[in-house]
Amino acid sequence: MPLIKLGAPQHDTLGGAAHDAAIIADPFTTLTDDQPLPAEGGAIVSLTRFRKDRDALLARNAPIGVLLTADESPEQLGDDVHRLSVVVIQFPKFRDGRGFSWARMLRTRLNFTGEVRASGDFLYDQINYLLRTGFDAFDSNFTLEDLNRARLEMSFAYQPSADGKKTIRDLRSGK
Amino acid sequence: MYRYDEFDAKFVAERVEQFRGQVQRRLSGELNEDQFKLLRLMNGLYLQLHAYMLRIAVPYGTLAAKQLRMLAHIARKYDRGYGHFTTRQNIQFNWPKLVDVPDILADLASVEMHCIQTSGNCIRNVTADHFAGAAADEIEDPRPIAEIIRQWSSLHPEFVYLPRKFKIAVSASPHDRAALRFHDMALEIIKNEAGEIGYRVLVGGGMGRTPYLGYVVGDFIAKPDILAFLESVMRVYNQSGRRDNLYKSRIKILAAALGPEEMRRQVMREFMEIKQKGTLQLPAEELARIDAYFAPPKFEALPDEMPKGGKDFENWLKTNVHPHRAPGYAIATISLKPIGGVPGDCSAEQMDALAELMDTYGMDEIRVSHEQNLVLPHVKKRDLPAIFAKLSELGLATPNAGLITDIIACPGLDYCDLANARSIPIAQDIAKRFADLDRQHEIGELKIKISGCINACGHHHAGHIGILGVDKKGVEYYQLQLGGSGAEDASIGDIMGPGFGEHEIGPAVERVVKAYLTLRKDGERFLDTYRRVGMEPFKNMAYLDQLYAAH
Repeated sequence: MPLIKLGAPQHDTLGGAAHDAAIIADPFTTLTDDQPLPAEGGAIVSLTRFRKDRDALLARNAPIGVLLTADESPEQLGDDVHRLSVVVIQFPKFRDGRGFSWARMLRTRLNFTGEVRASGDFLYDQINYLLRTGFDAFDSNFTLEDLNRARLEMSFAYQPSADGKKTIRDLRSGK
Repeated sequence: MYRYDEFDAKFVAERVEQFRGQVQRRLSGELNEDQFKLLRLMNGLYLQLHAYMLRIAVPYGTLAAKQLRMLAHIARKYDRGYGHFTTRQNIQFNWPKLVDVPDILADLASVEMHCIQTSGNCIRNVTADHFAGAAADEIEDPRPIAEIIRQWSSLHPEFVYLPRKFKIAVSASPHDRAALRFHDMALEIIKNEAGEIGYRVLVGGGMGRTPYLGYVVGDFIAKPDILAFLESVMRVYNQSGRRDNLYKSRIKILAAALGPEEMRRQVMREFMEIKQKGTLQLPAEELARIDAYFAPPKFEALPDEMPKGGKDFENWLKTNVHPHRAPGYAIATISLKPIGGVPGDCSAEQMDALAELMDTYGMDEIRVSHEQNLVLPHVKKRDLPAIFAKLSELGLATPNAGLITDIIACPGLDYCDLANARSIPIAQDIAKRFADLDRQHEIGELKIKISGCINACGHHHAGHIGILGVDKKGVEYYQLQLGGSGAEDASIGDIMGPGFGEHEIGPAVERVVKAYLTLRKDGERFLDTYRRVGMEPFKNMAYLDQLYAAH
């Protein structure tokens, strides 16, 4: 599946994050729990495997990512979260909204600055929520046009979230 | 009343176009029904037994005349000439066509209304005391904070795909007219010992298959902190609410599993973080700005005298007119429970005529109550005879508010895809049995609530007499529950025993009422007598003739 990756955010007048997005080849290899580590290059592993092989994984001279299922809170990563380049959040079914909270938590509580990638079952109609809660990469067949169109469907938002977008209240008070 | 500013207006307008796009993608086949279902539900569109059903939000139950006129227009143009007011202060139309729905939404947007989050696993339309801003006993108007919650909860990026639906109610008086303890989350506006106004926050109430009363999680939340606190509860729920079983996914199940202490601990952890960040704090200016929209209308200095009238008028005064905070004014309940009618139904002609009544006598305001009635919150006592006369012409002057024929009923198997049994014909049958007004007054306050399935949209758990329709091998049966209350003395009704057939439930209710009249002491309501004597005497009477106890 293609990987859509957002560039650094360029905050627009509303503080919403407009990004240069690109469809790229995934630089990481996602490993099953019994697959041997590749000699080089980035690797994404499950939380279980990360815990088991932590030292070996961190000793590799290559970026590392962890895939969290919807049941796994990013807090389970502890301080190691800051040694990761990618956290992949799995959506088992598009109606399961825990991932939105996990991404927001990574950004606003854990101050994670690496890539937060959405994977699994999510819809075009959820792109805006994904962007707002802090995702910046998608394992998805969306086109870049989809991404931009979805982002522009709703100009304003009432709530602060992880993207720093100005809220309607901010705009009302001239902030 | 609240008025949209440019941001609110654009928000709703864009949401209409977003939904129009979703409908087009469904019609073109790009979206499958499973995907579309979730998207249409987020916008109040159900697929029922016979047709689509559109649920329109009436935030905190407040409508202006032009909004009611628009609902009449929609009833005529897109539906079958009537609408149905619900137990969550919303209105439903039962026969819209899918292709028309985007246009209906655009019409609604033109009068600052919408269907956002009237269904789906998200934060639903916020409800409030239907006497808000008028009641003699309230601490302050609960609608400003309800409006703030409406905005905060609209398309919240983190909380649109919750484990299950989430209902919030607000009330501000010691008399709970909003069924607070039966809500996923409820705000009770209170005054502390220092005389400051703040919020007591309850979490974990609910009806459905496993009813619970909510418990207090926030004892006294200061006004600027309230959104931070609500967001904290939502975080705990979104992260930890069950998703493995539809029937165990409401916050009431999580709240019961965690218990008050652990729930508080988890909520407080989130709260301290959010509060410290400050982004959800409500500054005094913002509170004042929203408050200003709900400033009470200018009340004239009037003599506080109730006009006299004939027996019918006097009867209506007794039950349908309530004390107002301003001398010379009153609150009038418009019963949508004519004997033999469908609880909550209102025709387009009635809506238009009511809008006119609002222009002339009602200061442009009407309320929808969770008991499926309408309320004129600010009328002059001296205008009551004229209002009563007009309502009588319209068939809207049934003098039964709070009496045994003021029955709450869900749409049931006549409309609803989830129902196991019909509710409306049972409500109609019971109302006819007790149609005699003297008898109704003799019985006094008695709240009957009927649900056609375990989901409890008819609030049967909170009925003094609750009736639950069940299906047994293709036959409809009705279980009786006694002793529930949705008021400040909230309680969950007790199940009596085996159900009654559709022709037996009416007579059984009559026998239960007869038992009450025999057992009651002076001044006792049905509920008081039940609480004093318990189930046994009622049960004996209800099953008097074992022939009736079919199952």
